[in-house]
Amino acid sequence: MARKLNLRIWRGDSTTGALQDVQVDVNEGEVVLDVIHRVQATQMGDLAVRWNCKAGKCGSCSMEINGKPRLACMTQVASYDEDETITVTPLRAFPVIKDLVTDVSFNYKKAMEIPAYSHPADLAPGDARMEQIDVERSQEFRKCIECFLCQDTCHVIRDHEENKKSFAGPRFFIRIAELDMHPLDTLKNRKRTAQEEHGLGMCNITKCCTEVCPEHIRITDNAIIPMKERVVDIKYDPARWLGSKIRKRDGIV
Amino acid sequence: MTQLERHSYDVLVIGAGGAGLRAAVEAREAGLRVAIICKSLFGKAHTVMAEGGAAASMGNVNDNDNWMVHFRDTMRGGKFLNHFRMAELHAKEAPDRIWELEVWGALFDRTKEGKISQRNFGGHEYPRLAHVGDRTGLELIRTMQQRIVALQQQDGRDHGDMESHIKVFAELTITDILKENGKVSGAYGYWRETGAEVLFEAPAVIIATGGVGKTFKITSNSWEGTGDGHALALKSGANLVDMEFLQFHPTGMVWPPSVRGILVTESVRGEGGILTNAAGERFMFKYIPDVFKKMYADNEAEADRWYLDQDNNRRPPELLPRDEVARAINTEVKAGRGSEHGGVFLDVSKRLPAEVIKKRLPSMWHQFYELAGVDITKEPMEVGPTCHYVMGGVEVEPDNAAAVGVPGLFAAGEVAGGMHGSNRLGGNSLTDLLVFGRRAGMGAAEYLKHNGNNPVSEAAIKAAEARIAAPFDREGGENSYSLHAELQEITHNLVGIIRTESELEDAISKIADIRKRSANVAVSGGRKFNPGFHLAFDLDNMLLVAESTAKSALLRQESRGGHTRDDFPGMNNKWRQLNHISSFDGIQVNVREQALPVLPKELFGLFDVHELEKYMTSEEIAKGGSN
Repeated sequence: MARKLNLRIWRGDSTTGALQDVQVDVNEGEVVLDVIHRVQATQMGDLAVRWNCKAGKCGSCSMEINGKPRLACMTQVASYDEDETITVTPLRAFPVIKDLVTDVSFNYKKAMEIPAYSHPADLAPGDARMEQIDVERSQEFRKCIECFLCQDTCHVIRDHEENKKSFAGPRFFIRIAELDMHPLDTLKNRKRTAQEEHGLGMCNITKCCTEVCPEHIRITDNAIIPMKERVVDIKYDPARWLGSKIRKRDGIV
Repeated sequence: MTQLERHSYDVLVIGAGGAGLRAAVEAREAGLRVAIICKSLFGKAHTVMAEGGAAASMGNVNDNDNWMVHFRDTMRGGKFLNHFRMAELHAKEAPDRIWELEVWGALFDRTKEGKISQRNFGGHEYPRLAHVGDRTGLELIRTMQQRIVALQQQDGRDHGDMESHIKVFAELTITDILKENGKVSGAYGYWRETGAEVLFEAPAVIIATGGVGKTFKITSNSWEGTGDGHALALKSGANLVDMEFLQFHPTGMVWPPSVRGILVTESVRGEGGILTNAAGERFMFKYIPDVFKKMYADNEAEADRWYLDQDNNRRPPELLPRDEVARAINTEVKAGRGSEHGGVFLDVSKRLPAEVIKKRLPSMWHQFYELAGVDITKEPMEVGPTCHYVMGGVEVEPDNAAAVGVPGLFAAGEVAGGMHGSNRLGGNSLTDLLVFGRRAGMGAAEYLKHNGNNPVSEAAIKAAEARIAAPFDREGGENSYSLHAELQEITHNLVGIIRTESELEDAISKIADIRKRSANVAVSGGRKFNPGFHLAFDLDNMLLVAESTAKSALLRQESRGGHTRDDFPGMNNKWRQLNHISSFDGIQVNVREQALPVLPKELFGLFDVHELEKYMTSEEIAKGGSN
């Protein structure tokens, strides 16, 4: 039942590296992570790869498979032609640590820059009442498993290290959108800070992030575009502009 | 030799799943400086895999529910081997812990009135599980992770440094808990990324490392479930209680082989999924034990009516506690009535329309569609038992989660024992994490009021260093991957769902043999992100856990919950009154008997005497609990 698969693996570290060809057994129903594990156990004991749940729920085994950002645990070997060589490389947008493992600390730094959820001060635990339909908008974004494939594919930072400082990336645009659409969050100006501090304006909605999302979150359509539209609305609507000056409102609600 | 990296904190939390993060929040809110250690990236802990929900008697769906009903269900589920005080605290405090998550930004599914929705689950009398579709664990861990960030932002405003009071050390493995003068002084470990060693000086250490599933061949656990905390605790002088009790979740995926063991949430049955064998027979009606006959329907018509009218019908037997369902499936398969790939069929497609299935069980639909090519809205799933959860764990004081016998050491979550008795109810794990994670944080804070810094000695550092260096110094020794595979074969075949005396004896000697060979494990390659090196340490932990499990299982001559003996098929009152306590003497694990704390009168009185007669002796019942 087992057949041989030609696998090409990038091996190296932050200073040097190269693709290495190996032949490995593959069985019916196996995913790319299975064959990487087999290589690790039988041919390359020190091959570095991140993984955890092996069920598409934790977002650890992100890598590029034939150049596409993917979860190795959710990529069937059978989805490629039998004689095709499968090439696995580390995420390109982040610095390599070793082999298939990259330094994704950029994302955790950005997470710390997004102001946290702010609960109404007068609403005691247990007293919250929300309609299902109202929580569903944010729930879509809370499905995010933080695999960072959207960050990896986003051309604003993929080959532009210089943009990382001022650009939070799609994962954090949906985090801001999630908080912005949270029925109870009391913090104002989330959209404006998305635009002014987190680089929302640099996104030109090519939808690459949506395409690679393993959770099928409609990042562009449901988070980025609605926020962009509202930012534009408020910025260029003369009546609201005047209103904001007269009542000294602190920006966009 | 480069200088050793050193950190100093008030509290060190080992493990960044639900329990560890909840403990860290509590300790930080008590004003302490806290370090959180994750073996993987922040937010990837096994808690994300919890699907069904978090059990708390909020009474949002059925207002007959309250802590006493929840307590009774928990004790029943654990076959009265639970530590009563843990079950009591858990049942009483679970609702507050859920509501608190909402204050931190969690978004649970709602009822029509806008409250947190609650769903049915095995062994719970009323709909009790707060949930978010079938990704409740992800919601819990993300909420805790974001709560940590919120506190860090607060510290940034107050102290000018976001990491002044709470810092996450990701991808770091702890290899030893250090003690000086009989008390905890810190911990030693290495960065997985570089292999560089790290010393943490901390007078209080909270272990929250989760489970031991990777000791077994078929498991729902990720690579992290290697019993690290169990082994660290044992080696530092703490005890493990009742390690023979392992929960085999009845429904893991069985096909294709690469996904074998991956969890299929109990919510599939909670939402109306039925179990059938290869002949199409809905077999669970044959497996209702006497103690549950009053609560479970014995015919299809009544079981089906229950979904519409829960007050006037008994529950379907698919919703029996997990140990019962797992054994039933095991029996069906062994009798030759299983599916082609050695499982049985679980079908929700006939009960619910496709759109509702996709909405209520989205990740199950996704998982089967992408990994097995099965559309669960149209066809049944093939499922079978998978090693899921360890009920046994570190022996702790219920109120403050302090590890018995080691001042300064605390344990919470799956790594702690006692709460679930011989079998855990689904949904009780997530609230266990929150209730006892918080209590461990409080316990550490209280301990530190009377115990200051406890400096680590050079001798302790040298010993920890030597241990890490050893596998690199050996040449041509054993391969850790092969030893791990051998261990998994042994546990699967000899310490699995059904056990016998001769097999357990065989397992004990084989595990000892692997342990001898593991002392000679050699590692190829360098220290930098080297999985072979990492596994060498994980293996050490798994071997201690497996030894403890096999030895406890050999002693317990009865079948109860997550421990089934072919040679002692029934429950036995004698054994219900005994815990098995494992300790480590530096050479091997020793197991002794210890009396289980007796239910006090006020909790005893919550049960119907006729029910207790099924579990207790007439003398115990005549006493009516302790004073």
